Amino acid sequence: MNLLESFRIAFRALAANKARSLLTMLGVIIGVAAVILLVGIGTGVQNEVTGSIEGLGSNLLFVIPGQFDGAGGPSGPPSRRFTMEDADYIERRVTGLDAVVPVIQSGATIKAGNKSMRVVVAAATEDGSKVFSATLADGRHYVRSEVQAASRVVALGSSVVEQLFSGRDPIGKSVTIQGQRFTVIGHYESQGGGFAGDQDAQIYMPVTTAQRVLGIDDIAMIVVKVSDSEGIDKARDDVQRAMKPRFGDEITVMSQEQTLGILSDLLGMLTYMLAGIAGISLLVGGIGIMNIMLVSVQERTREIGIRKAVGARTYDILSQFVIEAVSLSVMGGVLGIAVGWGGAQILSATTPVPSEVTPWAVAMAFFFAFGVGVFFGVYPAYKASMLDPIVALRYE
Amino acid sequence: MPAESKEARVVLETRDVVKTYFLEGIQVNALRGVSLTIREGEMVSLMGPSGSGKSTLMHIVGLLDTPTSGEVILEGQDASTLAPNQLAELRNRYIGFVFQAFNLLPRTTALANVELPLVYSGVSGVERSRKAKDALERVGLSDRLGHFSGQLSGGQQQRVAVARALVTSPSIVLADEPTGNLDSRSGIEVMAMLQELNAQGITVIVVTHDDRIARHADRVVRILDGRIKSEEIVRNRINAAEELRDLPAEEVAG
Repeated sequence: MNLLESFRIAFRALAANKARSLLTMLGVIIGVAAVILLVGIGTGVQNEVTGSIEGLGSNLLFVIPGQFDGAGGPSGPPSRRFTMEDADYIERRVTGLDAVVPVIQSGATIKAGNKSMRVVVAAATEDGSKVFSATLADGRHYVRSEVQAASRVVALGSSVVEQLFSGRDPIGKSVTIQGQRFTVIGHYESQGGGFAGDQDAQIYMPVTTAQRVLGIDDIAMIVVKVSDSEGIDKARDDVQRAMKPRFGDEITVMSQEQTLGILSDLLGMLTYMLAGIAGISLLVGGIGIMNIMLVSVQERTREIGIRKAVGARTYDILSQFVIEAVSLSVMGGVLGIAVGWGGAQILSATTPVPSEVTPWAVAMAFFFAFGVGVFFGVYPAYKASMLDPIVALRYE
Repeated sequence: MPAESKEARVVLETRDVVKTYFLEGIQVNALRGVSLTIREGEMVSLMGPSGSGKSTLMHIVGLLDTPTSGEVILEGQDASTLAPNQLAELRNRYIGFVFQAFNLLPRTTALANVELPLVYSGVSGVERSRKAKDALERVGLSDRLGHFSGQLSGGQQQRVAVARALVTSPSIVLADEPTGNLDSRSGIEVMAMLQELNAQGITVIVVTHDDRIARHADRVVRILDGRIKSEEIVRNRINAAEELRDLPAEEVAG
């Protein structure tokens, strides 16, 4: 008997029990759709986050206290944090640098009139505009004198303007941050928003002001901009060496690529995790297939007996039932891919959650569904093929 | 083909077949040495009460089972020690089954049911359908090709089963209580059909406990307690076709 014939028999059997076949498939459909959708979200987030890092500008080095291994994650808490003076020190000791910018990032609440909003404060020196990639829509950045005087001035991201001023010109208006009055000096264009970090919801102020208002002494990170890309490796070694007397080995200087690599690894891992969780539901779908195939074999014992009596070999019966199980899982897989892909499209169209369905994820989900069908189909099929024709023919 | 000739070729032979099995730990001696010869073109009845071993003998003759000892020679091949898959191939080629309970596939058309043995012998689509149609025509059901098994009467279902048994041109048609589930008229019709096929040269074995059915054959082998008790040539053989003519006419046949 050829394979085509086995397929015909399998489809006839599935069509004879349409509701049951559909319900069994549902398990696989949900599993595959979940894999496609969650991996799609994982991939989408990964692309957006790495994209936003790349958008930070080029030739950047990130100096962080503490020792990081290559795979990410600190090997211990840093024993000493940065101060403003450390940034000055790097600037004095290392040549060939465009800018050395101490950065503080922290959450805060901003109010204007009766409206308020949670935002991320990105605080730096006047050179901050060289490392942050946001473009001014109107107004100006804070200047050196304002950093020195720790002036209460702030520049707003586009969604902050939208939220607090309903899009009206905010320049010259006053806002309240952590109970202190600030004057708005500028605002930025939207950077495409999205999910990751949402840089449009940031506000920018001098680092000295942030220290005073937010009560933070430590500098989280020093960002170094190197004059040209060829000098980046030398600059990294220079910064490392310059900081050695103060921090020993407890200092990490990372280039943009390294940061990108670490983040990308991390988010990739997250994607695998999501795929794994979704895979479990696919496994449950597979158990559903096995269950229904066992019932089907039991019900069709006499049919198996008849087939064997007229000449079906063990292999014929085995392949008939395996193909039936695989047809269930593959049809479920195809429908699941459609559902998952559709879901991803709807999600990215209606919510800020990015999702990207890759051919890789589709192929993986499809073959996994196929594998589930084979794996969970073999045992019931084997049971069917081993039936004694005499016993099977007598079965009521 | 001279059906009565004693010189006819031996199709199937059992030599001292013994079958012993265990049922819940108790040894059952179903067959205690059965030697039987079936020649080409014969119509033989295997008769015996239930528990006599006739079903076991039928399973062994039909290659659904193998003997504990002894030999089963079908078309010159010893089938007594073959593996299940080899038995399946021999069944497919040489044996056509007609069962008491019809044993058609449910929710399947008459045509597809008759095609089934050909599916397993690897006959391709067009040829298969042609052969199956021929077989259904021989049993008088060419107008029921597309009917599902459930839409046919008992007599019609058994005729489909006969067509299925014929379609591979087997050496032997093995009918196990073929009239057991039928009303008397349909039963006579099926017996008439088997006699007609036999007259065309097909070897038929009928397994039955009913003396009347047994006397449709030209030889009766009586089984008792796992042995052949007697063998006789039937002298006043019942002709089912004549019987059918003598029956009062009925509006609907089958």
